[in-house]
Amino acid sequence: MADSSSGKVAETKRHSWLVGFLIRLVKEKPLGTVGGIITLLLLLTGIFANFIAPYGMNECWVGDFLAPPSAKFWLGIDNVGRDVLSRVIYGARISVIVGLAGATLATIVSVIIGIVSGYFGGKLDLIVQRVIDAWMCLPSLILMMVIISIIGAGIWQVIAVMGLTYGVTGSRLIRGAVISIKENVYVAAAEAIGCSNTRILTRHIMPNIMAPTIVLFTHRVPSIILIEASLSFLGFGIPPPDPSWGGMLSGMGRSYMFRAPWMVIWPGLALSIVVYGVNMFGDAVRDLLDPRLRGGVGRYGVRVKKEVTVKSEPSPLKGLTK
Amino acid sequence: MRAYIIRRLLLLIPTMFLVSLIIFFMMRILPGNIIDVLSAGDVEIDRAMLERQLGLDVPQIVQYGRWLGVAPQADGGFSGVFQGDLGSSWWRGLPVVDLLASAWPVTLELALMGLIITQLIALPIGVYSALRQDEWGDYIGRSFAILCVSVPGFWLGTMVIVFPAIWWGYMPPIMLVHFTEDPIGNLRMFIVPAIILGMALAGVTMRMTRTMMLEVLRQDYIRTAWAKGLGERVVVLRHTLKNALIPVITIIGLGVPFLLGGTVIIEQIFVLPGMGRLIIDGVQHRDCPLISGIMLLFAVILVLVNLMVDLTYAYLDPRVHFK
Repeated sequence: MADSSSGKVAETKRHSWLVGFLIRLVKEKPLGTVGGIITLLLLLTGIFANFIAPYGMNECWVGDFLAPPSAKFWLGIDNVGRDVLSRVIYGARISVIVGLAGATLATIVSVIIGIVSGYFGGKLDLIVQRVIDAWMCLPSLILMMVIISIIGAGIWQVIAVMGLTYGVTGSRLIRGAVISIKENVYVAAAEAIGCSNTRILTRHIMPNIMAPTIVLFTHRVPSIILIEASLSFLGFGIPPPDPSWGGMLSGMGRSYMFRAPWMVIWPGLALSIVVYGVNMFGDAVRDLLDPRLRGGVGRYGVRVKKEVTVKSEPSPLKGLTK
Repeated sequence: MRAYIIRRLLLLIPTMFLVSLIIFFMMRILPGNIIDVLSAGDVEIDRAMLERQLGLDVPQIVQYGRWLGVAPQADGGFSGVFQGDLGSSWWRGLPVVDLLASAWPVTLELALMGLIITQLIALPIGVYSALRQDEWGDYIGRSFAILCVSVPGFWLGTMVIVFPAIWWGYMPPIMLVHFTEDPIGNLRMFIVPAIILGMALAGVTMRMTRTMMLEVLRQDYIRTAWAKGLGERVVVLRHTLKNALIPVITIIGLGVPFLLGGTVIIEQIFVLPGMGRLIIDGVQHRDCPLISGIMLLFAVILVLVNLMVDLTYAYLDPRVHFK
């Protein structure tokens, strides 16, 4: 009897890292959990869009132009007779692809620039940082519009441009982390016993910048979804007839917005909910990964222990990406 | 302090040089120039003459020198950025400086109003959120902040136009009202676009204010202030807020590129004749001088704002060392 109960205890404690993380998320971050559910729903909708959507994304119902929401077409019909609900559902797929691919590319670019600039330092760092200074002097939305106007609109072009632009700006965060880790004694020790740069980078630097990298990634996903929508709205993103949420609000959506407001209400609402959810989830992930922000302090936040304040507030400009 | 200012100013030179390289060559480096756009559908056009008129008949590096004003133009004179001449728009034929001068006040007013209004909304909420950390007020404040960051301006702007039109038949005025002619009408026209433009920045400011307030509230000197029996108002306003606001200033510097980018969208929705319309027009027509001029103006503004923010920061926070 005693054996089985102790076995049970041992078993419940042997969570994988992910399960433990999820339990903490639900227990400590109710809003983050809601955000996580929204994120999961977005993912599933995007992946299974062709099973969920009642009609095809470009399937036209001739004779039903601009029909208001009804039992047959829950969110109404647009100006060429396409079901708005189906297009909003297919729009989720574009947001998932752009959000994940764009954020992944941006994070990879940030990590590469950040490591090269931060670890090797010296003249290279100086030059790279001046180029980044210059790059950041230009409003990113306008920069992306100009680049896309040159290379042409399309989903992969948009992903590449956003990955590059956000990769460059995000590299500052990674560079800062790399420089502070480089100062540690264990890096000096590794150098002293003759470890190669590759070994130091892969065994000592990379594992230690995982937390800021994950935070960077989770913050990039909602901003990139939002920016893709903004670019598509301005006509520099996903070209029609593909149903991007931003694109649905421009062009014909704008021309018909007074006669058929359902053409513009639903795509924007879906976009707002999704970005809100992913933002909430990203915040919760950051709080759980960052031990400095952990733990409840009472009113007025008076802490007994004096903390070592490390100035690395993760990107206060998160979300500033319209 | 003086050495710090001089060093900061010297650092501007390489940055601005790189900026000028990026904005000049970015649009010109790839094939497909204005000649193709202009001659589309017209095969008989004299390409060589057109190129000479637009100054495209010389190597690009010379074009860059002419644009900067360090290489002589075809007529032997110098007229470029250094002389205050940004060239003529390829598409409209007007001097870029004149186009900017007519569009800039609209964008400036929009961005400034957005900045001021949203800071007035964001700071009190951020402070309140910090004072009630992990209580319901805090949760509502934080959710509101994330909501501000998440709701796209172009959607909210569209809704603000659509619903009054459907419910009350109200349409926003299309004609631009100048401030000098009718100040009240001008402000009424700009206030809604300005709020929508600044919403995301307001969300960020709320979050930043809250974080900084929490950071300061746990400092030793705040505990001392409490211990010597100061009232809540004095501790919060004089000792905490004053110190917490210093980093928030950086938000203004970081928010300016966002506000300038955001005006493109807001001007498009509310049909305001500002820089945003000019940019979209220029990008669609591959109007290199116009785009270069706009980007240069924006870059200069950003550089100056960041410089001022850094200097203010150094002035306000004596702990910042001018190393």
